[in-house]
Amino acid sequence: MSVLKPLMQPHRLVLMALFAGLIVWCAVSLRWDWIPAYAPLALQGLWTTIWILVVTSILGFALAVPLGLAQAVGPWYLSVPARVFCTVIRGTPLLLQIWLLYYGLGSLFPQFPWIRSSELWPYLRQAWPYAVLALTLSYAGYEGEVMRGAFSGVAKGQLEAAKAYGMPRGTMFRRIWLPQAVRNVLPTLGGETILQLKATPLVATITVLDIYAVSSRVRSDTFIVYEPLLLLALVYMVIAGLITLAFKRFEDRIPQRQ
Amino acid sequence: MTGLLDLFGLAESAQLLSLSPPGWGGNLLRGLANSLQIAFGAFGMGLIIGLFGAYGKLYGGPILRDLLAIYTTVIRAVPELVLILILYYVGTDLINRLAAGLGYGRVEISGVVAGIWVLGIVQGAYATEVLRGAIKAVPPGQIEAARSYGMPAFMTMRRVTIPAMMSFATPGLANLWLIATKDTALLAIVGFAELTLETRQAASSTRAYFTFFLAAGALYLMVTLCSGVIFNWIERWARRGQPSLRETRQ
Repeated sequence: MSVLKPLMQPHRLVLMALFAGLIVWCAVSLRWDWIPAYAPLALQGLWTTIWILVVTSILGFALAVPLGLAQAVGPWYLSVPARVFCTVIRGTPLLLQIWLLYYGLGSLFPQFPWIRSSELWPYLRQAWPYAVLALTLSYAGYEGEVMRGAFSGVAKGQLEAAKAYGMPRGTMFRRIWLPQAVRNVLPTLGGETILQLKATPLVATITVLDIYAVSSRVRSDTFIVYEPLLLLALVYMVIAGLITLAFKRFEDRIPQRQ
Repeated sequence: MTGLLDLFGLAESAQLLSLSPPGWGGNLLRGLANSLQIAFGAFGMGLIIGLFGAYGKLYGGPILRDLLAIYTTVIRAVPELVLILILYYVGTDLINRLAAGLGYGRVEISGVVAGIWVLGIVQGAYATEVLRGAIKAVPPGQIEAARSYGMPAFMTMRRVTIPAMMSFATPGLANLWLIATKDTALLAIVGFAELTLETRQAASSTRAYFTFFLAAGALYLMVTLCSGVIFNWIERWARRGQPSLRETRQ
């Protein structure tokens, strides 16, 4: 009940009543008759959005760890390229990166016969590999910068202690350096994952059928403007809320120093 | 020189990017000018909304605070692309209804104005949070001192709060400016002739995708790097008189 207590103030009750009224008004006076016809397609689109988000976040994070490490402690021939990569990714719009990969590489590949005859060709002809590649690189670029700070923020004494116990470097990295770095930036990672969610609708511009693409299709098929967009915004808000909750549970599992 | 250009197949690219009509360089630069115009406008509008929003969140009544919380939460949870579409349709709808009510016909809304209005509302939500944090970081004694000298609220804001919070706000505002420049690319999807759309048109009519997308990327990167330098100056100016972080750590 302690969760509900802050909601039980008079002005909030009035606001909630107004909000409920707004929802009822939306449900009654706006057009929702298109939903049953498009529900299967919408589920498929939702699934595409979610797996692209999950796959690119995980791959991007896997790429961000070496990028951050190279920038934090690497020799110059590793740290300079890593920094250039992060600067370029963060300095150009994602939409441009997606279009560069899809239209650029997509127009380049068919010129090489050995690519056309390779086993990868059926995949390279589709749009989603380019979408996944672009979003992965983008996440890696932003996260590489975050992980650079995280790796250099781990207290030196911890690493020295591990070294003093004779821990090999790989074990030290796996058991001490990486977990400490990740736990320090968990809130940032949560925020970045929500940013990644908000980047996913851009893949619709290269013909990947995600939930945003489904809503555009509804709009162009039925000429209904607001309803699909409002529902779409609601879907994104729910997913963002779920991501926040998931990261919060992660954070709660980490014991805090009082 | 030309021999060297030929060697790398760059002569063709240079021709495609030349500024006069057979080349598309002029179109790209015009697109960049549009992008920058929208980004400036949206950033400015975001700052104004953000300042009022931050004051509302800190000093406003309970209802205002709840409404602002809804505004910032919703805007920050929904993809910019979806917001752009919603705000674009709502904006044109409202203006057309207003025009019809006043007895005018349909109004054509300029792309730049629509872009500024749409991105400005998005920026406002982020700016509210940045500025709220910055105002909270100002020692309350300074604001109380201004009040006790009888300074009116607006003068306190102009003379004390804003100068004192600048050093806390600049990193966040620099990020917001970069987001503003990059978000202008999203307007390409609604059909505004900004840099990304011009690039795509040039690329698809010449089939030289790599040349144009890389050129546009270089333009965006140039803007980002220049902004970084400028914001460094602003931050150093805003921090004048404060001990640098490195000194305080030692």
